[in-house]
Amino acid sequence: MESRALAIAAHGVRKHYAGAKAGTGLNGFDLEVQSGTVCGLLGPNGAGKTTAVKILSTLLELDDGQACVAGFDVTTQARQVREHIGLVGQYAAVDEILTGRQNLVMFARLNHLSGHQAELRADALLEQFALTEAGKTPVSTFSGGMRRRLDLAASLIVSPSVLFVDEPTTGLDPAGRREVWTAIRSLVGAGTTVLLTTQYLEEADQLAHRICMLKEGRVIAEGTPDSLKSALGGDWLDIVLRPGVETATVAQIVKPVACGDIRIDTQINRISVPVTDRTRSLITVATALSEAGIEPEDLALRRPTLDEVFLHLTGSAEAENALEVAL
Amino acid sequence: MNSTLHPSERITQTSSPIARFSWAMADAWTITCRDLTHWRLRPGAVIVGWIFPVMIVLMFGLLFGGAIRVPNGGNYFEFLMPGMFATTMLFGLETTMIAVTTDASKGVTDRFRSLPMSASAVVLGRCIADLLNSIVGLALLIGTGLLLGWRWHAGMSAALAAVGLLLLLRFALLWIGIFFGLIAKGPESVTSVQILVWPISFLSNVFVNPSTMPSWLGAMAQWNPLSATTSAIRYLFRNPGWQAGSWISEHAVLMALVWPILLIAIFLPLSVRTYRRLNR
Repeated sequence: MESRALAIAAHGVRKHYAGAKAGTGLNGFDLEVQSGTVCGLLGPNGAGKTTAVKILSTLLELDDGQACVAGFDVTTQARQVREHIGLVGQYAAVDEILTGRQNLVMFARLNHLSGHQAELRADALLEQFALTEAGKTPVSTFSGGMRRRLDLAASLIVSPSVLFVDEPTTGLDPAGRREVWTAIRSLVGAGTTVLLTTQYLEEADQLAHRICMLKEGRVIAEGTPDSLKSALGGDWLDIVLRPGVETATVAQIVKPVACGDIRIDTQINRISVPVTDRTRSLITVATALSEAGIEPEDLALRRPTLDEVFLHLTGSAEAENALEVAL
Repeated sequence: MNSTLHPSERITQTSSPIARFSWAMADAWTITCRDLTHWRLRPGAVIVGWIFPVMIVLMFGLLFGGAIRVPNGGNYFEFLMPGMFATTMLFGLETTMIAVTTDASKGVTDRFRSLPMSASAVVLGRCIADLLNSIVGLALLIGTGLLLGWRWHAGMSAALAAVGLLLLLRFALLWIGIFFGLIAKGPESVTSVQILVWPISFLSNVFVNPSTMPSWLGAMAQWNPLSATTSAIRYLFRNPGWQAGSWISEHAVLMALVWPILLIAIFLPLSVRTYRRLNR
């Protein structure tokens, strides 16, 4: 039995697919998620995110290894696991033909609430997710954001200890994405553990306490968003130059403060300098530029983005392509 | 705002076999109600499904009927209706398959499978709903038959026994439909089944006498489960049929029980097992 403080504990999980899905399985997947936290599982398409969620939510059997959710083994205690989890899939897992309310009542009945209790619960959830009016119409008339919200509501009929949220905003417009983010944030307050998979780095950055980066079916890096960013060598100083100023010249001027390779984007005339000492390097660069008679268009310090962390860690052109598709 | 419900507030936490069974039945009924609600909200396909056999009866009866010689003479509908009842049970196969395949290709199936509900409830619920649908369809067709001059001649209990055999066949075909619906790659592959349904219904004693077919085809037609049920209900309704004189036609009622029970014994466990291991 795994420690109770861990809501999810997976060790050496393997899952091999044959045929068209080959390569999207898991290859020694390890994961530990503390109770009451949001863990973001991040990776390009085919990294094994969905496979991991399917195994942990008992939809798929693992080939090798061990996984416990809410203290129960997913293989030998699947039924108990199902009593403690909620699942929000990549696509809204609700009935299209039924109305929003009919969906919630049905899922409440299947969660073994009494008829009356099921109706009360459905109405409470519709209100909580601002769907009371929409709940009277068939789901097929819902917008993408409304469907995902209904989907979330359906996973919360009986408050799950662990909620799996698999790419909740894939295919949503920015407004729909914000709706879903707000809904997920409001859950975390109630003490639910959330495992969120996403290919959007911004989403993980926004929602997750800890981030696990997945590549080829295993976790290649793990930590808080900040620690992952720091791992890449602190901050970046971005200098955007006016047209006509030679980027190479400026690169020579700022070289003494750089703690790594300087990146030059000639298209937008931007020079990105990795720095360790935030304010001192800013002042040094500003003074040096001023002495050289160069007035930049923009000069700003920033943390590295998770994109940069991800590209740095995966380090392959393949991952870069996958991310471009994802972003 | 954050109203929550703790898992312990569920009615069941018990795991005694009887409680498990009664919850499985309750889950199945919830799914049945869902399927019935689908039909209420989108009645088109169901109504077409009910009208289609009526149209076939009219087509055969009024267009072809004049050219077909009825065994021992008499009203053509007397001969045609029992075969059409049985064929209608076969047509139900498509409805089941389409519904199951469509459902399996949607996310809602993943949610069902992640709930602590009975694994067999989803397929069982579908089965009950389709059976209710078939009962309505059969009642409509019986009404049509009565309007066209078809009658049963051996009393109410024999007639009810015939209806029972028809529904038993439908129940068996349901599980075939559920099984193939679950393993089908998508709604498109159901089309091939729709095409196969026709030769199966013609390769029987529904429309013509198997003894007029080439001997190997005739043998297949006689052993067709559809033929067994058709012969049995022709006997129970005392409607005209073919006197083939073979073992199988002598034991039609027995075979109308054996065939469906055999099919259920194979496809019911297969369907439940396939559903449990379903993965898209």
